[in-house]
Amino acid sequence: MDFQFIVRVSPMFVKGAWLTVSLAFWGLVLSLTIGLFCALVRYWRWPVISRLAGVYIELARNTPLMIQLFFLYYGLPRLGVLLEGRTCAIVGLAFLGGGYMAEAIRGGLTAVSRGQIEAGLSIGFKRFDLLRYVILPQALAVSLPAITATCIFLIKETSVFSIVALPDLMYVAKDLLKEGHSTESNLLLVLSYLVIILPVSLVFGYLERRVRFAGFGD
Amino acid sequence: MSPNDQVILKITDLKKRFDQTDVLNGISLDVRQGEVTVIIGPSGCGKSTLLRCLNGLEPINSGQIELNGQLLTAPGTDWSTVRQKIGMVFQNYELFPHLNVINNILLGPMKVQKRPRAEALAEAESWLDRVGLKDRALSYPRQLSGGQKQRVAIVRALCMAPEIMLFDEVTASLDPEMVREVLDVMLNLAKGGLTMLIVTHEMAFAKAVADRIIFMDDGLIVEQANPEDFFNHPESERAQRFLNIFQFGRVHRDKN
Amino acid sequence: MLDSAISIFTAGRNMARIFEGLGVTLKISMISVLLSVLLGVPSGLLMSSKIRFCRLFFKLYLEFIRIMPILVLLFLFYYSLSSVFSINLPAMAVAILVFTLWGTAEMADLVRGAVTSLPKHQWESSRAIGLTEPQLNIYVIVPQAIRRLLPGVINLTTRMIKTTPFVFFINIPDLVKVAQQIVEVTGMKNLLASVWVYGLIFFIYFAICYPISLFSHYLEKVWQD
Repeated sequence: MDFQFIVRVSPMFVKGAWLTVSLAFWGLVLSLTIGLFCALVRYWRWPVISRLAGVYIELARNTPLMIQLFFLYYGLPRLGVLLEGRTCAIVGLAFLGGGYMAEAIRGGLTAVSRGQIEAGLSIGFKRFDLLRYVILPQALAVSLPAITATCIFLIKETSVFSIVALPDLMYVAKDLLKEGHSTESNLLLVLSYLVIILPVSLVFGYLERRVRFAGFGD
Repeated sequence: MSPNDQVILKITDLKKRFDQTDVLNGISLDVRQGEVTVIIGPSGCGKSTLLRCLNGLEPINSGQIELNGQLLTAPGTDWSTVRQKIGMVFQNYELFPHLNVINNILLGPMKVQKRPRAEALAEAESWLDRVGLKDRALSYPRQLSGGQKQRVAIVRALCMAPEIMLFDEVTASLDPEMVREVLDVMLNLAKGGLTMLIVTHEMAFAKAVADRIIFMDDGLIVEQANPEDFFNHPESERAQRFLNIFQFGRVHRDKN
Repeated sequence: MLDSAISIFTAGRNMARIFEGLGVTLKISMISVLLSVLLGVPSGLLMSSKIRFCRLFFKLYLEFIRIMPILVLLFLFYYSLSSVFSINLPAMAVAILVFTLWGTAEMADLVRGAVTSLPKHQWESSRAIGLTEPQLNIYVIVPQAIRRLLPGVINLTTRMIKTTPFVFFINIPDLVKVAQQIVEVTGMKNLLASVWVYGLIFFIYFAICYPISLFSHYLEKVWQD
């Protein structure tokens, strides 16, 4: 174990990790937004848009992120749309994640019973308030495990971002292979991902337990 | 207990069809202010559907519903406003599982009617006290028994200050020993002069609470009468047959 | 525009190479799924067993595998295995090893879920009608467990297929690597090469995964109790 090497390259991993985290953050925020929108559109069966959302969800869920990224990064510029690596990465992750989140949230929405909706309607709620006060709080609680799994899956998927020339964690590790010391750099790589994903996993686990005990599902 | 003459709800020739099946075949019914009307009949006779049509949970095929002179079946009816005037209690309580008792009750008054919290809270607490659940205000629905849940559901509907209350088989899911506590609440509401439309299978309760019994079968009102007449001398053959279901003759066993 | 596509896909052995790449992709995922099922079933039974050590061990293993990106695992086994343990595995073996490690963890969890979700009265009522233990397993438990498992296994298969592009990073000539090579060679002359080739690969993946996931949905619906 070459500790001098570890000390020397650690800052590079910190920088790479920070990039991974910031890309994942924006990717997740967009994924949730797109997912919620698509899930609602499917839930309310809006004509046309619901169909389009359905097609999108299937495309996103049945193709690998890497191919989506290759297409965005190398294909689109030839069609006149030039996206920089960062944008590609976030757009790609959001495209992929939106489809998964849509399915996760839809599962929760359909779990809210007809009777609950009728109870909400009977005290005079209109569509938007019904969603906000009655349907969504219950749906999201049901969806939380699926949303958690999707978040962790998406953070892990960020590991391919080096193919669009972004200096993320994998890029740093790959770059350091040239210097030998693959054991040390791989150890740092594993540690970095643990530091990023473990807290996310723990926080969501805590949230899931809280929601379960807050009076849901009797 | 004497209803005055003002008609609050007027149903005229209401028809409802599910796919190819006729569920309501032309129901006409007037409900007067302060009147307690109990609808009974065999399952599948359309009595629950009738209640659900009244607050727009089921669209109707033809006929008219008027609430205090407002035609609800007219196009462009704002059901949100109408439903605030029609309280509904369901068979399966349908309390919101993510909210505690007091927030279940306050949701409508605060978010729909935009009433100030303090005022709504005072009213909710006084109702909870009257149904004997003051100490459960902070409990979650899953921590309550069926009877308690149903009493909370009744309070939730009452706090919207409805002009009429619909009760859809509210004791059908309850264990026998909890039926009474819910029916007692309803009896008290009846004494207080609330206009109520009740669908139930509890015949003894129907007899005790009703100003008028409506007997339905096959989507039609077959018979209506005051409870004494109906239960002692039902006129129609169908009503007689229905009431016989609730009678058991003594079994005489041969012992020779 | 269309002739630019035709020219790429008819030129040389391009189409044949794409199919070879597809073959590699499918080979890795199919072998890995098969091994995962074979190893995952006994692991799952151990995981749902009463032996505490087994449960703890598999729990930790599952958590680690779930948290680590597959790509990191590939790197770890491809580059560190040789330097630490002086084991030199060919890239293909590393890919199958890593995918199997991952698949076994997921499979074990599926088995555990399927077994523990069976209601206890299934055992009780089977004994009550006088079935022997082997009969009980053959006629009652296994058929129900398989019904609960199969959609999950199919789902795992599509996830494997969608994860295979990662082997690109350890230089295995899979579908993605082949595509990249074709684009590199033809991209200079043919401006739209990347659009066509990556577009095609996109739809090849979709054409494989979508029917499988439809089938899984179908099974879930049909087998719902």
